Amino acid sequence: MNPIAFERLTHYYGDTKALDSLTLDVPAACVFALLGRNGAGKTTAIKCLLGFLAPTRGTARILGHDAAALPPEARGRIGYVAEGQRLVPWMRVRELVAYQRASFPSFDGALCASHLKRLGLPEKRRVFQLSRGMRAQLALALALAQRPEVLVLDDPAMGLDAVVRREFLDVMIDLIADEGRTVLFSSHILTDVERVADRVAILDKGVLRVNAPLDEVKRRVRRYHAHFVGEAPEPPPLKGLLRAHRRRSELVLTVVDGEGSVEPLCRELGARAVEPEPLGLEDLFVDFTAERGGAA
Amino acid sequence: MAFLRVDPSGGEPVFQQIVDHVKREIATGRLHPEDRLPSVRDLAKELVINPNTIARAYQVLEAEGVTYSRRGAGTFIAATKPVVKGEERRRRFREAIEAALADAFHLGLSEEEARKAFDAAMKRFRLVEER
Repeated sequence: MNPIAFERLTHYYGDTKALDSLTLDVPAACVFALLGRNGAGKTTAIKCLLGFLAPTRGTARILGHDAAALPPEARGRIGYVAEGQRLVPWMRVRELVAYQRASFPSFDGALCASHLKRLGLPEKRRVFQLSRGMRAQLALALALAQRPEVLVLDDPAMGLDAVVRREFLDVMIDLIADEGRTVLFSSHILTDVERVADRVAILDKGVLRVNAPLDEVKRRVRRYHAHFVGEAPEPPPLKGLLRAHRRRSELVLTVVDGEGSVEPLCRELGARAVEPEPLGLEDLFVDFTAERGGAA
Repeated sequence: MAFLRVDPSGGEPVFQQIVDHVKREIATGRLHPEDRLPSVRDLAKELVINPNTIARAYQVLEAEGVTYSRRGAGTFIAATKPVVKGEERRRRFREAIEAALADAFHLGLSEEEARKAFDAAMKRFRLVEER
């Protein structure tokens, strides 16, 4: 059984559809990256998954339970860190630790202490006195001390410096190397995603557009540069075309599974040379989510 | 593998970059048979790369006969010859050369320049002795 499963999850805020029938499974021991532009529905999906938000239709299941009726026992096995997460501002670090220990039976005090020490988080300091980066690290240390089976991170490193982000990556690597636990994370930092993600999903305006292993996505999407004598023609109708633009005598096409079809089509239009170019995740993401020149 | 660098943002899958790197290190004599590769965990931490990716690279290397693993002891460079045999070896090599020559053509290299570059590269690698 997959630790996380969305089934036809749809959510509206008033008249605005934030998520459109999202169906997605996160396999066990997988580092799963949820990507999308601002407002694509990532946080909505994560909030539904943790039962913070009741979906309009469909279900989200986590550790075998319907997220809408998550028993406390299951909640204790889930770690959650969100961007700009609110921690009680007047509490001291050690008070928060004590509070967390009382809330989660699986809380590992020694592990928490070692994380705090490594991060150099002063135990006597109050939350409001901590920097943004320190607060994010504190939230992470508390979540990890639960020894969660599933760790859900909602863009926790957003706006944080490279050192803190690296800390989050190291933690994810440790979690996977040690115990094969499942991580679902959303992020805007695609270079980080490329380092740690096994699978990626791309949401675009509430619709799931990609859900595949990272290597497979990179293998199947190529950007083709077709060179013409004189002005390049209109882009040909192509299956899997994500994006097309013309630069004088060059036609640039980003295509899914275009191997074997793009080159002959461009040659028919008079292209002299057609060169495929593999894409990094960042370019790929832009071509998937920017306004398109054709249907995918 | 102190010099192993990967480019996670490149179009080439990271596991493939690791596989290619290890093969190259062997071919140029920087890695020898019976040398031990770092553990999956250590390499993952060093490169800041998902351990599953490292494990996949190691699986491919082992499947191709480049390395072998001893239970509990780790992954080692194998002494045995590659699994690909006979004419297939030469065919694959021809393909690789042709791709390189196509690059040479588009870069405008002369036959003489290309030959020099090939000979210089050959000196850095340790190919098997004539049998």
